Amino acid sequence: MEQNLGRRNNKYLAAGLVMTLLVAGVALLGVFWTPYGTTVMSASEKFHGPSLRHLFGTDNFGRDIFSRVMKGAGATILISGLVVSVSGAMGILAGAVTGYFGGILDEVMMRITDAVNGFPSVLLGLVIISVLGPGRQNVVISLVIVFTPSFIRIVRSEFIRLRDADYISRARMMGVGRLRILFVHILPNTMSTFWASVMIGFNNAILAESGMSFLGIGVQPPDATLGNMLSDAQGYLTRAPWYALAPGLTMVWIVLGFSLLGEGLRRTQT
Amino acid sequence: MRKRLLCCLFMALLTMTALGGCAGGTGESSGDKSSTESQGDSNATQAGEPKYGGSIVVGIQQDIDSLDPHKATAAGTKEILFNIFEGLVKPLEDGSLTGAVASDYTLSDDGLVYTFTLRDNVKFHSGEAVTAEDVKYSLERVSGLLDGTALISTMKAIQSVEIIDEKTVQVTVGSPNPELIYSFVAAIIPAGSGEDEAADPIGTGPFSFVSYTPQEGIRLAKNGAYWQEGLPYLDQVDFKIITSSDTALLEMQGGSIDIYPYLTDSQAKELSGSFQILSAASDVVQALFLNNAEKPLDDVRVRQAICYALDKDSVNDFVTGGNSVPIGSAMLPTLHDFYVDLNGVYGNAADIDKAKELLADAGYPDGFDLEITVPSNYEVHMQTAEVVVEQLKLAGINATINGVEWGTWLDQCYNGRQYQSTICGITCDMTPGYLLNRFQSESKKNFINFVNAEYDAAYASAQECVTLEERAQYYNQLQQILADEAGTAFLQIPPITIAMNPKLAGYKFYPVYVQDMSTVYFTE
Repeated sequence: MEQNLGRRNNKYLAAGLVMTLLVAGVALLGVFWTPYGTTVMSASEKFHGPSLRHLFGTDNFGRDIFSRVMKGAGATILISGLVVSVSGAMGILAGAVTGYFGGILDEVMMRITDAVNGFPSVLLGLVIISVLGPGRQNVVISLVIVFTPSFIRIVRSEFIRLRDADYISRARMMGVGRLRILFVHILPNTMSTFWASVMIGFNNAILAESGMSFLGIGVQPPDATLGNMLSDAQGYLTRAPWYALAPGLTMVWIVLGFSLLGEGLRRTQT
Repeated sequence: MRKRLLCCLFMALLTMTALGGCAGGTGESSGDKSSTESQGDSNATQAGEPKYGGSIVVGIQQDIDSLDPHKATAAGTKEILFNIFEGLVKPLEDGSLTGAVASDYTLSDDGLVYTFTLRDNVKFHSGEAVTAEDVKYSLERVSGLLDGTALISTMKAIQSVEIIDEKTVQVTVGSPNPELIYSFVAAIIPAGSGEDEAADPIGTGPFSFVSYTPQEGIRLAKNGAYWQEGLPYLDQVDFKIITSSDTALLEMQGGSIDIYPYLTDSQAKELSGSFQILSAASDVVQALFLNNAEKPLDDVRVRQAICYALDKDSVNDFVTGGNSVPIGSAMLPTLHDFYVDLNGVYGNAADIDKAKELLADAGYPDGFDLEITVPSNYEVHMQTAEVVVEQLKLAGINATINGVEWGTWLDQCYNGRQYQSTICGITCDMTPGYLLNRFQSESKKNFINFVNAEYDAAYASAQECVTLEERAQYYNQLQQILADEAGTAFLQIPPITIAMNPKLAGYKFYPVYVQDMSTVYFTE
């Protein structure tokens, strides 16, 4: 029984890993090399369907969609990755301190996160962007602000659960330093929950970034992201369906891959 | 083993649903297209016999700012009020003027006294005949003679309005201005109606006002007593506010809009099977506006280099499907008597070598960074910006796009002049001086900070000319200066493209921004 369960978990993990590694590999390759320039326009090659020459076809400016998806997926993953790592790191720090020590600091921090959570997350992001102005950097900043509270809450609740555990009380009695207790004794035991939420957070960040670019307030054209490609493509849905399908399916692929990865990780650890 | 199989199946299923969802959508709409194409074909063979009656829905992009014809400023409002109100004169399709409330007018030799003869049988929607009193009241209201504030700034020139007899009104102006007659399109409203107009607009136009619902639209009904025999054809016109062009496209495909006047090239192609697509030159001058006060654009060589680097033909091809008219200076080609073709100054195709040479002269052999601010709700301008960025790159100029909201654009670029360069359009009216006026050094509307003494002098001389022929010479000179100094990188006049129900005919384009519904009729 135990063994059986383990094997099934590996399937999720394996599928997720394969999908994620594939798209990450292609996106990484896109940083150094793409089949065509991502902004090179060609009047004679507007709206060519998918072919061997242009794997995903070309868009209204005759640009190669495959190259743009490579770059765009890279940009989207990079932004989401940055957002999740910064939010995650801040979440661990703030969550650990507030969860373990409690008191007034905890109270203040929780009210702040309540306030942030009080707004629909994308809406709050939009407000921050409209103050800061559009652009790559500001998307990261606004999404970090939106995403950090949930990480703080998750880490904090884990620390509260563990701070009164027997092994921690013993450690305290033995005179182990606070920092050591926090980050060597408790933190490793919160990681399974934390990683699962990172996976979900990453997916949400991808969708949020794409949403912002779709609305035209994220990464500015002519730089490609999956979101602004989708936005450009919606005017050509019937004439050039491949234009919307390429970034759309790529997004589905990335999100699905990460969901499977997250699910796999969660199951191996329970 | 079975587990692995299940997992694969699951994956396949997910991919299929995703694919199927998208493919299903496109399949449906392409089905639409083929069924509607046949409709379009049958229409082509119809004879366009005008029929009276019927009602239509016209899609418009923005809400009304005021129903008071003298206070409305938005182009999107004026285009509708054109159906309700008329001035002493009104524009024709070719840009010339014809009598409306006035049947005729004469101008004294010194250009100072206009004498209007009122047309017989012109009635307000309330049923009362238009009198000289009404005309006097309306002109005094717009010129500020009534209460000190001129509602239409060009009308400030009016010094007095006198009633000669019940059919004749004499208007005296301070200085001769051959372009002033275009301002007499200002609406004639019943004497004393004033502020009531905003709630219950009463005019003399082919349609009378029925109702207005904010955010939704405005309903007009046929004016049975209209002075032009046989017009209008339709019984009722609804203007429906649809702010998103994507929504408008869906509504058209669903058949709930009969006329939609602001299509992009790609939308026009989507609708071409099921709707009549009509297109004409618009009254918008699109340009890469350069802020002459910002470094390095304060150097004329840099501005010229940008003009050389641009490829107007390919902007036209990529963005407007080849339907635009390239321009080299600030004048609408439709104003034939005043327009000079200055596309030759920098050429319609790019001259990269020349651009690089000028940049090197100016001290930028490796190019420079240029930020292009674009109002992002305008698809045409955004797409143009993408093409322009590519073109400038070839000349070594590293341009980036900064998409902003319309309100931000107005504050920051147009009024605040805090920008490096911007792509947008400026509209023109029928007076040729309108576009040139704004590039005088001290003009409030000179948002590119163009400063040129020769230009100012020529513009001032033009204003002193009594005849349009004399003015035309100065206006030609002004266009030439603007082009030579590369005050801004002019691009093109984008087309205005409308989609119309195949059962309708009679739509007219004007060189100004109006939707004239009086001549539209059903053919079946």
